Amino acid sequence: MKSTMHWLTAGLAGLLLGMGLILSGMANPEKVIGFLNVTGLWDPSLGLVMGGGLVIGSLGFALLRQRRLTLLGEPLNLPTNRTINGRLIGGSVLFGIGWGLTGICPGPGLVLLGAGLDAGLVYVLALLAGMGLYSLIERQRHPYQ
Amino acid sequence: MTIDWNAFNVTTAIAAMLGGAMIGAAAVWLAWANGRIAGISGIIGHMVDLVVQRKHEAFGWRVAFLVGLIVSPLVWRMFAPLPEVHEQTGLIGLVVGGVLVGLGTRYANGCTSGHGICGLSRLSLRSLVAVGCFMGSAMVTVFLMRQLLGGAL
Repeated sequence: MKSTMHWLTAGLAGLLLGMGLILSGMANPEKVIGFLNVTGLWDPSLGLVMGGGLVIGSLGFALLRQRRLTLLGEPLNLPTNRTINGRLIGGSVLFGIGWGLTGICPGPGLVLLGAGLDAGLVYVLALLAGMGLYSLIERQRHPYQ
Repeated sequence: MTIDWNAFNVTTAIAAMLGGAMIGAAAVWLAWANGRIAGISGIIGHMVDLVVQRKHEAFGWRVAFLVGLIVSPLVWRMFAPLPEVHEQTGLIGLVVGGVLVGLGTRYANGCTSGHGICGLSRLSLRSLVAVGCFMGSAMVTVFLMRQLLGGAL
């Protein structure tokens, strides 16, 4: 019963997130590249997406900070990692190169896949390959975990 | 810098803000209901780890979250036509870019949703550094592709 609720609440979150990506223009690579194209013809729209997300997000997470339990009555543990290292910086730079090449980050990739676009399918398969590669490298480095 | 007034007008600005608010609300909802961070690369990456490293652990709520995301355009289409999508790169660009996004987000432990929306909302310095790095490298990449290579890939 409890896991059914987990599935329902998570499914609802995914659906709402996807709708937000479509409405905001994040799921259209042209809008994303338009925002990243700061030295050319610049489309500031995605700055407003971030703005809208951060207004609701910071209010919501500030309220959640005062809670110990989730809606489903479990411990509410938000991330505590504060490490800033080469992995974080190098990984983010690589991600940015891929994002700049395609105009697609992981969420919009899944939305484009769901919309039935070939580009979405190719992108998501490549994304999975990149993640699989990471997972293999990590398994080589820490075989007994 | 020249603002592209064809792409940026009152309608798109309102849609961007409302859509952004929905993204923020989805992230807060998942944290409130499930106690989880709505980081898409982390959610997919964890499932990939479980498969690649043959760990016996259920995917659980992650599947439902991803299904919700994937069916969102189908649900949208029941009420209104989907907005137009203009792809910006060909097959090679999609493959190279997708692999780089997969690798990079796993090393960085997050992408636009996890670091950009959730992390910045929680005032995480770590996420601020990540966002600065990926925004910066994405802008440089677009500059190199558009201005110097003429968008060849």
